Amino acid sequence: MEQPVLANHPGLVTGRRRRTRPGKFLAPYLLALPAGLWLLILFLVPLVVMLSLSLQSCNTATGACVMTWHWAEFGQQLSLYHTQFVTSFYFAGAATVIDLIVSFPIAYWIAFHGGAKKNFFLLMLLVPFFVSFVIRTVVWEFILSDQGIILGNLKSAGILPQSFHVLATGYAVVAGLAYNYLPFTALPLYVAIERIDKRVLDAAYDLYATRRQAFLKVILPLTVPGLFAAFLLTFIPALGDYVNQQILGGTNNTMIGTVIQNAFLTNLDYAGGSALSAILMAIALVGIFAYARLLGSRTIEEYL
Amino acid sequence: MTAAVSTEATAARESAGRPRRPQRRRRWTRYILPAYSWLVIAYLVFPILVMVLYSFNKVTTGLPQISFAWNGFTTQWYQQWNAIPQLTSSFWLSIRLALASTVLATIVGTLLALALVRYRPPRFRGKGFIEQVMFLNIAAPEIVLGASLLGLFVTLNIARGFATLLLAHVAFSIAYVAITVRARMAGFDRSLEEAAQDLGANAWVTFRKITLPLIFPGILAGALMAFALSIDDFVTSNFVSGAAVPFPVWVYGATRIGIPPQVFVFGSAIFAVGILCALGSIVVGRRQA
Repeated sequence: MEQPVLANHPGLVTGRRRRTRPGKFLAPYLLALPAGLWLLILFLVPLVVMLSLSLQSCNTATGACVMTWHWAEFGQQLSLYHTQFVTSFYFAGAATVIDLIVSFPIAYWIAFHGGAKKNFFLLMLLVPFFVSFVIRTVVWEFILSDQGIILGNLKSAGILPQSFHVLATGYAVVAGLAYNYLPFTALPLYVAIERIDKRVLDAAYDLYATRRQAFLKVILPLTVPGLFAAFLLTFIPALGDYVNQQILGGTNNTMIGTVIQNAFLTNLDYAGGSALSAILMAIALVGIFAYARLLGSRTIEEYL
Repeated sequence: MTAAVSTEATAARESAGRPRRPQRRRRWTRYILPAYSWLVIAYLVFPILVMVLYSFNKVTTGLPQISFAWNGFTTQWYQQWNAIPQLTSSFWLSIRLALASTVLATIVGTLLALALVRYRPPRFRGKGFIEQVMFLNIAAPEIVLGASLLGLFVTLNIARGFATLLLAHVAFSIAYVAITVRARMAGFDRSLEEAAQDLGANAWVTFRKITLPLIFPGILAGALMAFALSIDDFVTSNFVSGAAVPFPVWVYGATRIGIPPQVFVFGSAIFAVGILCALGSIVVGRRQA
């Protein structure tokens, strides 16, 4: 590698760089500047604008807003839509718990017994991501539909009554959420389990731990950070999700994401939508801060 | 010499990575975990198989909609893949958007990763703050990001279209790119750069001839991440798209009136390309290891 550089610049061999140029001091800031500006203007500023919008009064016909310091907006929106918040908590919570239970064994198996095929199995965990999120959900609508490949066949075989349906119920929404976010749960768990030093496990067995004790007292405690990361990366997106609810849930069981989407895109109620988004963000921030406090914000990078 | 060292290292790595057989493997229960894991994989793959299968399904009703019933095999939809102009144009819009967003996010994100890997306070004040903003950006619910961006564009009276989509897509990709590139740069040997500089290379030559080739796999991984994030994004796009409709937004709109079979054709094509890229990167990664 060094040779061609030397050959190209034979005269510069002795010209060592001075280390006191002003550019040197600015280097980290110059490198971070484009990304910093982008995140400032298109991530942090919009959050502030959202807060300010939620205190404004908007003309829902024209979408024009005036600042009125209308703090009551939050209370009004909450009293209007607290059921949707609760539903979102139920659905996202159920989907997250299902995902944690379903993906722990497979993450464990890949980490401990994946052998040379680890990468292949991880790719298999990621396989849903190679199909567009919306299409995945549409396919589940197909699969779960009343006359679809599963229910249709079970009904014609007489196993299920004709009136049985899954679509347009909360179960369908939870099933869709659980499927769509499973990789977000499985990968952090895999990373956490994979990182366990196998010698610690050997030590436990040497000290006459049974398999159950080794699991409960060694493996499980060591995966707690991964469990928390998995929870965060599954629950928060699922909480704000509205695609699954819209496609699989029918008109009932409205989640808060649907309300926010309708407020912004259908009703042009920017103040109301912003207030709801701010409340959702505040709920998410509780989890985000708890995570950053307990485990440090950088640890999330290991689980992505 | 280098070759000998690397084979030794590979041998050591292989012996360390070889799964140690527990002494007492017990009874039939040892099949439970593998069987369960394959079942989960089957569950994950099942909807994709359904999608590919139904992209070959005949349509018996007059309407060009996918039907739940299996009506027989046809390649008609692959032959008429571009029969729906809005769908095709939304697909190309998504491709253009993903390419543009990938280029921008990769450049901006890589520069940020360089800053984060190389400098720490006091040389780089505010590093901790930037890291926390990145964490927040990744962990925040996407609907809040999309809604707040729409709020910004509405407040500033910016017309929604390709430009706002691009701004938004780069915004949610930067942190992922920076983290991916940074992770791949962890083992980077800075003495190589110093060697180049000692040999008289200026900063640009050092970057082009030493730094860039060494961190290129990381940049590539970051770029693939940005592309995947952009082409699949629905939530943010739905808020900021306006008149320019990307593929996922079009499909979502179509769910109200019935999905034309071409959607599954596009879905299958994206899936095939994505899987090939992933398998390719696994093969390349194995060759490099």
